[in-house]
Amino acid sequence: MDWQGQKLAEQLMQILLLASAVVAFASGYAFGSFQTMLLTYTSGVVVTTLITVPNWPFFNRHPLKWLDPIEAEKHPKPQTASSSSKKKASKK
Amino acid sequence: MHSFVYRANAVLTFAVTVLALMCAIASFSDNLNSPSPSADVQVLNINWFQKSTQGNDEVSMTLNISANLQSLFTWNTKQVFVFLAAEYETPQNSLNQVSLWDGIIPSKEHAKFGIHTTNKYRFTDQGSNLRGKQYNLTLHWHVMPKTGKMFADKIVMTGFRLPEEYR
Repeated sequence: MDWQGQKLAEQLMQILLLASAVVAFASGYAFGSFQTMLLTYTSGVVVTTLITVPNWPFFNRHPLKWLDPIEAEKHPKPQTASSSSKKKASKK
Repeated sequence: MHSFVYRANAVLTFAVTVLALMCAIASFSDNLNSPSPSADVQVLNINWFQKSTQGNDEVSMTLNISANLQSLFTWNTKQVFVFLAAEYETPQNSLNQVSLWDGIIPSKEHAKFGIHTTNKYRFTDQGSNLRGKQYNLTLHWHVMPKTGKMFADKIVMTGFRLPEEYR
């Protein structure tokens, strides 16, 4: 799952759960049945899980574009200073 | 949210949080209900009235209890516990409460009832103060919700008096 997909999955999860909660509470209150509310909400949670938890293809529409290895070699990683290793040694 | 387990965990924790919120609102919605219960109790007969060997007065009576508690039930009500108590004052105690009968009402359909019964629990005084005693019969109830706060209330019925002599 790419970065855009993760953001989409999280937003979908929150919206779907809150929407099913609102629908469940309204139907439970309207029918005067606590069980109706719980069943509606449980089915909402199951649907949300099926939509947002598996790694569906539509979460992978924005793959990261890595630099070519040759391009990376033109910008070498800066060398770390050797002073840190000395400090560690002195502490011992 | 990068892996299957992280997403499953996020869905589960958020779902449970939202469920707790729904239960809290459901409990709050009970406050919107303004019940109008009614109750009536008649003492049909004093079966016997005597002093026990320990010196305590004890009464057996036949009661007719009728009540309509249907308005107590909301969508968030699991059951209602109801009990009838005799309440009176003695020199030692400013309030004596003796439970005479109780019952559990499981649903709204059973909340309108009329019962003809002798006292289920013994009506015994701590002492011998019951002759000619004026007392109240109070119908107490506790509303047990499915989630949230428990409610309790009562209806007091006054003007009952025990006989002057043992029988």
